[in-house]
Amino acid sequence: MEHRIGVFVCHCGTNIAGVVDVKRVAEELASYPGVAFSTDYAYMCSDPGQNLVKDAIKEHKLTGVVVSACSPTLHEATFRRAGVGADLNPYMVEIANIREQCSWVHQKDKPRATDKAVKIIKTMIEKVKQDEALEPIAVPVTKRALVVGGGVAGIQAALDIANSGHEVILVEKEASIGGHMAQLSETFPTLDCSQCILTPKMVDASQHPRITLMTYCEVEDVAGYVGNFKVKIKKKAAYVNRDVCTGCGLCSEKCPSKTDSEFDEGLSKRKAIYTPSPQAVPNKPVLDADHCIYFKNGKCGICAKICPVDAVDYTQKDEFVDVEVGAIIVATGYDLYPMVNIGEYGGGKIKDVVTSLQFERLLSASGPTGGQVLRPSDGEVPKEVVFLTCVGSRDPENHKAYCSKACCMYLTKHAMLYKHNVHEGQAYLFYMDVRTGGKGYEEFYQRAAEEDDVLYIRGKVSKVFEEDGKVMVWGVDTLTGQKVEIAADMVVLGLAMVPSVGAVELAKKLKIQVNEWGFLSEAHPKLRPVESLAPGFYLAGAAQGPKDIPDAVAQASAAASKVASLFAEKEYHREPIIAFVDEDDCAGCRVCVSVCPYDAAEFDEEKKVAHIQEAICEGCGACIAACPSGSVTQKNLTDDQLFKMVTAALED
Amino acid sequence: MKIPYYPGCTLHERALDFDKASRECARALGIELEELETWTCCGAVFPLTTDSVMDILAGVRNLAYAARQGDKVVTLCSFCYNVLKRTNHALHTDAEKREKANLFLRADTEVRENIGSYLKEDYLGQVEVLHYIEMLRDIVGFDKIGGLVKKDLSGLKVAPYYGCMLLRPKKEMEFDDPEQPEIFEGLLGSIGCDVVDFPMKTECCGGFQVARDEETAAACSQTIINSASRRDADIIVTTCPLCRYNLDVMQEKMEKSVTGFRKIPVIYFTQLLGVALGIDEEYLDFSDNYVDPRPVLAEKSLV
Repeated sequence: MEHRIGVFVCHCGTNIAGVVDVKRVAEELASYPGVAFSTDYAYMCSDPGQNLVKDAIKEHKLTGVVVSACSPTLHEATFRRAGVGADLNPYMVEIANIREQCSWVHQKDKPRATDKAVKIIKTMIEKVKQDEALEPIAVPVTKRALVVGGGVAGIQAALDIANSGHEVILVEKEASIGGHMAQLSETFPTLDCSQCILTPKMVDASQHPRITLMTYCEVEDVAGYVGNFKVKIKKKAAYVNRDVCTGCGLCSEKCPSKTDSEFDEGLSKRKAIYTPSPQAVPNKPVLDADHCIYFKNGKCGICAKICPVDAVDYTQKDEFVDVEVGAIIVATGYDLYPMVNIGEYGGGKIKDVVTSLQFERLLSASGPTGGQVLRPSDGEVPKEVVFLTCVGSRDPENHKAYCSKACCMYLTKHAMLYKHNVHEGQAYLFYMDVRTGGKGYEEFYQRAAEEDDVLYIRGKVSKVFEEDGKVMVWGVDTLTGQKVEIAADMVVLGLAMVPSVGAVELAKKLKIQVNEWGFLSEAHPKLRPVESLAPGFYLAGAAQGPKDIPDAVAQASAAASKVASLFAEKEYHREPIIAFVDEDDCAGCRVCVSVCPYDAAEFDEEKKVAHIQEAICEGCGACIAACPSGSVTQKNLTDDQLFKMVTAALED
Repeated sequence: MKIPYYPGCTLHERALDFDKASRECARALGIELEELETWTCCGAVFPLTTDSVMDILAGVRNLAYAARQGDKVVTLCSFCYNVLKRTNHALHTDAEKREKANLFLRADTEVRENIGSYLKEDYLGQVEVLHYIEMLRDIVGFDKIGGLVKKDLSGLKVAPYYGCMLLRPKKEMEFDDPEQPEIFEGLLGSIGCDVVDFPMKTECCGGFQVARDEETAAACSQTIINSASRRDADIIVTTCPLCRYNLDVMQEKMEKSVTGFRKIPVIYFTQLLGVALGIDEEYLDFSDNYVDPRPVLAEKSLV
């Protein structure tokens, strides 16, 4: 076939033309074998620039196009669309990157930069000569979403997707949705009651006709690909038939076995058969077999006897449910870095040194003290309370290097609420920097310092220990250079936020990446903040990084809108630049199957050869590099193409 | 069982009581501490400079000496332990230092003569540096020690004092959690005394400051003594001759300046272990203490 290739050299203002002699480039390439048309233009990505490409394709009957401009990550899609506009297959349009890879890095050597630009374009011309006209791979989309995690982010994402008309399955590992937000007292910077603003959403989620709530459930396994996931969900044995249960609460009331309440962060007791909180959704109990007398010795059985609807069932087993969904939002949230790791602050052994979540429970009207701030050791009102920021955060030597983002603000809120509760008390807050980036946050901090007399001390605390019924705090005020010693009644630790227990294991099951601290990685830190690199997976809330409530909710809505746009089309179109197997050459060694990170390579037992599943392959190339017989090839990136490209680059 | 033993200068001079009690306890537990045939001062302080090899040569040389006697070396003084362990760590982690240090070893004729044919290869950090208390835990076993206890120590309130040198820096020493260490409590629990947990157990005693500025050392020590006193400790035990000196001798100053000051005897942990194991008092030698521990021990019929 005769090649008729068009070369379009972009000036990019002076970005390229200021270094590369674009006229000379266009002229030199006009005579290169296979080139039918060559020109340059100030801004090829502008409307006139794109029209220039379209007109040239039609006028010169071009079979392929090389746009010599910026990185293909920016405008490849633009020019491929322009190609389609002129009836040229989009995969016959290639980008030669002469900006990032040439003009920007060779500003001091213009003649050689021009030579290099010519070579880069020649390699792409050689590539286009052997490019095949490809069609995107269309896969059907199951218009049902799975949201993993029923905290505020998961609830918000589920509601938004459901309200856009699609079905949602919301999976939560605990007995109730609500997450950590349900434990909080009041929220910064407006001091509205956390439960008052959250519980309506919890109820909405449970009553929405398009949301299936699956509490006390966990994701066991995920197979498939974007639009077509098959998910196995474990329904943990609750030993209560929750469909029959009316939530009357008699069983919990009469249960004789007690253990620490997770919802109250160990500050109160709950029964072995329990609902996490009075506002739990669903408000139906589960039975914790580890603390149940019946499960220990076969005696008791009071809950089963007393239940008016016979809902208690000690024989219940874990069940597994298979569901099909098109998209998955991961909103697994955070936990606090365990106090036991902070030996210098007592390592969890000092009763009156509490975590920030414990202090939330002490402030909460539904908490163990009914909203009175009373110290755990003796139930007295604490007269001096010290709040510590950056406990485990911003400490790359010993703990976590990152900032946990919400602690400055919630400790400020704690100190303020404590002062509202105990007017004559003194609140001290040690800080490294007070970070108040957020609407109304700085004003909130000023109010705490000025109106509520919270004493902010810039410096770290080196040691916290018990002495004569007090909690001694040794620190330093780095603004005055003085050592500070406070005989406090209570200390509240702003512990680092870490990914919730089990989140990293779940991410592994889903094959989505996490960063070095276990937080989920987004596809692009700025431009694709709610998508995972693996298509079909979206991120919401603190699972992606430490966050406060407004950020978590915003991200959840963003993730939901991404799901809604995926569901807006009948089919999902995937890039066809993927691997394929030459079955005649394949020896069936299965190396490709073992290296494929997406499980796209499979072994065909009948033909005894490998096979790449088109709908799953991401075109990463791992199998191509691994194949010992060279029988796996990438479409439009064949060995022969690469050889010709390298030859063109090395020619004088 | 024989284990190579590096006493260090202090245990050879000022802290003879520590050396004597420790050797005798080891013997009672079936271990012969075999003093290195040749050794020198370890250098006493691990250098803060990171780009010099000269400063760690004393440590390297002693470890090379130890290498010909076995794959382990046990030491008692916290400073010696700190220097030897960190020297080893530097050789493990810094290839350039390792190479340079060995160049020095090869060039040092005295070392060559001493080590001679024993050291066929370079010293690469192959000797495991053990503190005596680690030896008790890992080689003898606290449980076994508990079984050999002859005197009833119950009711004797003992405060274990760690100081800094055993524990810090954490990543190099890998001895115990520097904030909430527990190894000492493990030993003391096994010999049946009442362990007093006190918050100042890992604070600095003032260390070498005592040579330059006694007031500072006294102030540091006083914080520690007071803390143990408030927790009703009868006696403090320690691993380090310098800590022992500061905590013990500085009480003379405290006695004069603080009204109602309660003195607390400070002894080495192997002296208390010796008491528990029923070792003859002549090996335990309580005569060198400023605050005599014997009345407290006699009260419980232990001496």
